[in-house]
Amino acid sequence: MNNRSLIEECLNKLRFAGKKGLITYITAGDPDLSGTVDLALRMDAAGADIIELGVPFSDPLADGSVIQQASGRALAAGTTLAKILEAVIEIKRNCRAPLILMGYYNPFLQYGLERLTAKASSAGISGLIVPDLPLEESVPLMRLASKAGLDIVPLVSPVTTDRRIKGIAAKAQGFVYCVSVTGVTGVRKEIGTEIESFTNRVRHYTSLPLAIGFGIADPDQAARMSRYCDAVVVGSAIVKIIADNGNTRSAGPAVERLTRNLKAALD
Amino acid sequence: MKDLSDITGKGTSMPDERGYFGSYGGRFIPEVLMPALEDLEEAYRFARDDPEFYEELGNYLKHYVGRPSPLYFAEGLTRHCGGGRIYLKREDLNHTGAHKINNTIGQILLARRMGKKRVIAETGAGQHGVATATAAALFGFECAIYMGEEDIVRQSPNVFRMRLLGAEVIPVTSGSKTLKDAMNETIRDWVTNVRDTYYLIGSVAGPHPYPQMVRDFQSVIGEEAKRQVIEHAGRLPDYILACVGGGSNAMGIFYPFLADHEVKLIGVEAAGRGLDTGEHSATLGRGSPGVLHGSLSYILQSEDGQINIAHSIAAGLDYPGVGPEHAYLKDSGRVKYTSVTDPEALAAFQLLCRTDGIIPALESSHALAEAIKLAPALSTERIIVVNLSGRGDKDIPAVAGEPGVNI
Repeated sequence: MNNRSLIEECLNKLRFAGKKGLITYITAGDPDLSGTVDLALRMDAAGADIIELGVPFSDPLADGSVIQQASGRALAAGTTLAKILEAVIEIKRNCRAPLILMGYYNPFLQYGLERLTAKASSAGISGLIVPDLPLEESVPLMRLASKAGLDIVPLVSPVTTDRRIKGIAAKAQGFVYCVSVTGVTGVRKEIGTEIESFTNRVRHYTSLPLAIGFGIADPDQAARMSRYCDAVVVGSAIVKIIADNGNTRSAGPAVERLTRNLKAALD
Repeated sequence: MKDLSDITGKGTSMPDERGYFGSYGGRFIPEVLMPALEDLEEAYRFARDDPEFYEELGNYLKHYVGRPSPLYFAEGLTRHCGGGRIYLKREDLNHTGAHKINNTIGQILLARRMGKKRVIAETGAGQHGVATATAAALFGFECAIYMGEEDIVRQSPNVFRMRLLGAEVIPVTSGSKTLKDAMNETIRDWVTNVRDTYYLIGSVAGPHPYPQMVRDFQSVIGEEAKRQVIEHAGRLPDYILACVGGGSNAMGIFYPFLADHEVKLIGVEAAGRGLDTGEHSATLGRGSPGVLHGSLSYILQSEDGQINIAHSIAAGLDYPGVGPEHAYLKDSGRVKYTSVTDPEALAAFQLLCRTDGIIPALESSHALAEAIKLAPALSTERIIVVNLSGRGDKDIPAVAGEPGVNI
């Protein structure tokens, strides 16, 4: 099975139609995995073009408090990578959007990189994002992912040098994830003014679609950011709805509404 | 003070250019930090080759820190144990009361060269926090120290010291509220303020080049100890013992002896309430390879790769990771790693107070406890050097509440 070109294809289709993509994130297993299945399907139905499922980790050092707490709730509910992959199979039965697993390296490493790439691919995952795995350490995972037909989507930041962007872009697959600010994940009122020059620098080195993430919370911000990229990522704002509601039954409609409003702002 | 080429020319040529000690080390950190690590690596490489840097560092170590620290023959403890002769490398006599300042002075000189204005650090026992706040005060840096809420309670004297020195102490309430979580929070601050902030890591942990750089700055301990023991005894010691949390004082004293194979090196981890209780910090003894805080090393983790919560009575050892060079030295067999429980460390803590009039840090008391076990089995010609990495004043409030302690 090869899911690999799905992500790029999905974003390129939007590009040719003059539209921008919406990538949504939830932490898998928050508050439980059946809720994750439900929320993923709701986001898909409401217009999310790509869905990221976060793999919870005890020490999420690139995340702000909203996703840290989601990680904590998911772990407390007994979420494991193996169980997430089972949920992925269930989601994929009714979900059109390509799925990405986003998680820190150690849980992947302990599960076994070869086992991970094979099982993720057969479960229907299209790509992986590993926020604490820079290009220099990515070779083993990239080799296995490529064999399994999975994209490894890299992150770049406003302080990433041109030399590094060039190297990262050369190995990038699916899209390039541009982190909007120097900082951790989380809702922000203001997103830096440097975003345009930053995405221009990245564009110079790749023809892959660009996504901007970190800090984007509402349709206005999404629309503003989308001018500089092909897709926007919204995570903490959605996770916060789940946290505020305490369960997916009441969070579901609100997540659906936000997804629909975000999508409308991007079309 | 010898220049660094002397120090680093011995031991090993590790790490390699990717920051690996054998299969351990590397850089597992968000991309946003990679340019800062590359800048740091370059600045450090430049400084290593610059005699002026080492002259300046040497001056501060001599006139400000008070180096060389003495190597003291612990008559009382030796008599009490019977058997091998126990020497103490008195890092507790350094300014600020621990070995941590050797590294903070080195790194702050580097931060100054790099044009940074703000330093941040994590701290467990508070010794690294105090040493960082001290260096920041000396060189006029803004300073923020992240410290777990639980450690703030059990190491309160050091919290006051840091504040007095002008540092902001930021309580960390996530996770286990100890050193691991303080390090997560410090990394989050660094990710956010990477442009003007220098992260002053206190142990031989973290992403490359920190494990190498901190080891090099701490190697002054072993270099001095080697000279001093030869002066005292006319030969190299038979054993060197040091406690291992993240592992900086141990790397510092071991490193110059790595090539001296007749010297047995023993790292002592915290067995906490016992290795089989699951409440310990014996990362090398009971952990397995994995990635935490930027490097691949031994860590305490679940089957699913979640990090376990460590435990030790000594806040400075209460950490589920360990420096990657220790992982390498364990696998290669050059260093033997063992562990000591909370009660054993407490007993050693009290014993040294009575036998030699020295109040050792609870961290260092772990190495002492191992020496106390080892000495009676050795002949009186044998020499044991214990790295007394810090003084125990900071521990008095916490120790006073422990069973069997009468203050």
